[in-house]
Amino acid sequence: MSYVVSVRELALRFGERRLWDDLSFELAAGELLAVLGPNGTGKTSLLRILLGLIEPSAGSVEVLGRSPRQSRARIGYVPQQRIFDRDLALRARDLVRLGLDGHRWGVSLLTRDKREQIERALTEVGAAEYADAPIGRLSGGEQQRLRVAQALVAEPALLLADEPLLSLDLSYQRIITGLLDERRRRFGTPIVFVTHDINPILPTVDRVLYLAPGRWAIGTPDEVLTSETLSSLYETEVDVLRVRGRVVVVGTPDDQDVHHVHEHGQVHA
Amino acid sequence: MFSQLLAQHFVHTALLAGAVVAVVSGAIGVFVVTRGASFAVHAISELGFTGAAGALVIGVDPVLGMMSGSIVVGFVLGLLSLRGRERDSAIGAVLAFGLGVGVLFLSLYQGYATEATNLLFGSIVGVSDSQLRNLAIVASIVMVVIALAYRPLVFSSVDPEGAEARGVPLRTLSVLTFLLLALATAEAIQVVGVLLVLTLVITPAAAAQRLTNRPEAALLLSIGIALVSTEGGILLSLEKPWPTSFFISAISFAIYLIARIVDVARPRSTRMSAPQTV
Repeated sequence: MSYVVSVRELALRFGERRLWDDLSFELAAGELLAVLGPNGTGKTSLLRILLGLIEPSAGSVEVLGRSPRQSRARIGYVPQQRIFDRDLALRARDLVRLGLDGHRWGVSLLTRDKREQIERALTEVGAAEYADAPIGRLSGGEQQRLRVAQALVAEPALLLADEPLLSLDLSYQRIITGLLDERRRRFGTPIVFVTHDINPILPTVDRVLYLAPGRWAIGTPDEVLTSETLSSLYETEVDVLRVRGRVVVVGTPDDQDVHHVHEHGQVHA
Repeated sequence: MFSQLLAQHFVHTALLAGAVVAVVSGAIGVFVVTRGASFAVHAISELGFTGAAGALVIGVDPVLGMMSGSIVVGFVLGLLSLRGRERDSAIGAVLAFGLGVGVLFLSLYQGYATEATNLLFGSIVGVSDSQLRNLAIVASIVMVVIALAYRPLVFSSVDPEGAEARGVPLRTLSVLTFLLLALATAEAIQVVGVLLVLTLVITPAAAAQRLTNRPEAALLLSIGIALVSTEGGILLSLEKPWPTSFFISAISFAIYLIARIVDVARPRSTRMSAPQTV
């Protein structure tokens, strides 16, 4: 079986700073990979490499059997949240439409098919009621749902999401998670889900890629989210507790200076 | 007297030139306002002045010098594609120096001071037939390019992150936007002058943005407001011998004020969302 994403011996350095070395993993159809880790470990950069927007320092990436750049049109992307200008002359449905044909040259009228596609994407994320509202006047959560709709409207073969649950209330966290879960089950769209909090998506996660300063680990949540794995990733005592089905991590040195980590042992859980 | 003036050839030329300039200014203004780059218009316009003053000194057509000045600045600003505060301070620094050079050029220039005044405050009634033809050619180029690149232009100005992920070349479109802006600015200078370019490039687009939520409607409205302001201003200046530029800026500002009032009266949002929890 061929993989949708195949990452081999990837390395990323920004000048002197090494984020990771020898990062390898594959993503099969329908898989949901959560990318966890503290700030500054290259979570967003990994997504940008998969989109072909930045080149890795070493290693190779294949998406849908081609280079990320060649496959870009078939990738849906939910970027990290940025609030829209209040006065923007753009309706909610216009933002979603841009995900469909905004990259094409020229002017074109919407066909009936496209109109229905946009309507469907809006309804799926619960945004149909404010489809005609100016986007800058919507709440952060409402805008975030539109970003998800924009990423899904072109029916992507791979979905990359950067903190898509940010500023969503619990009920919409569930709706969006459920929507993404259904998408991968029904259409086999694998999802790379960058998040700082695993708990809202824990039941749907197949594998976790944990990026710590200078090291990484990949495996099922039960393999990676353990005191042993995280302690060896961080080289310090870290406790992983399970409280009422939630994962709580205690003792990660989040403010640790990356430059002090010189060893690059990989922890394969 | 009004109807007599209206029959004059130079008035027809002025009205036509005004219409041409209004269409390009109103159109490009929408993208400039969306990008939050209003200040850049000022820089491009003032450096256009520097170019024109330089051309006067060496005895070249000032319009040519102005085009060169604004295109160079537009290209550089587009290439830098800076955002927010960084861009504002960079533009401020370049603008101030450019204007200083312009002042030097003017002091070196031995000819008529009216040429300089016309540059600064506009001289719509002095537009010649050949100038009108050139205006129309440049305007057509700008409008055709906007039409060809319309969707990526909108995408990259309203949602750069999303656009980049879909393969829209952000830097190319930034350069393109600022080059089109430079051409439109060079056109507008010939009607309202260097100091009042914002009245045709920014005010109509800013007003349009407050009157509609649809991107296409905003573009057409902005063009419409620029047209009403320009043509209205020219006609009023036939009636009363005050500067045309004053009337144009007064009309576009009045429309802007009305747009703001209408906007305040408009409901905030169709629906309030549930309180957010993190």
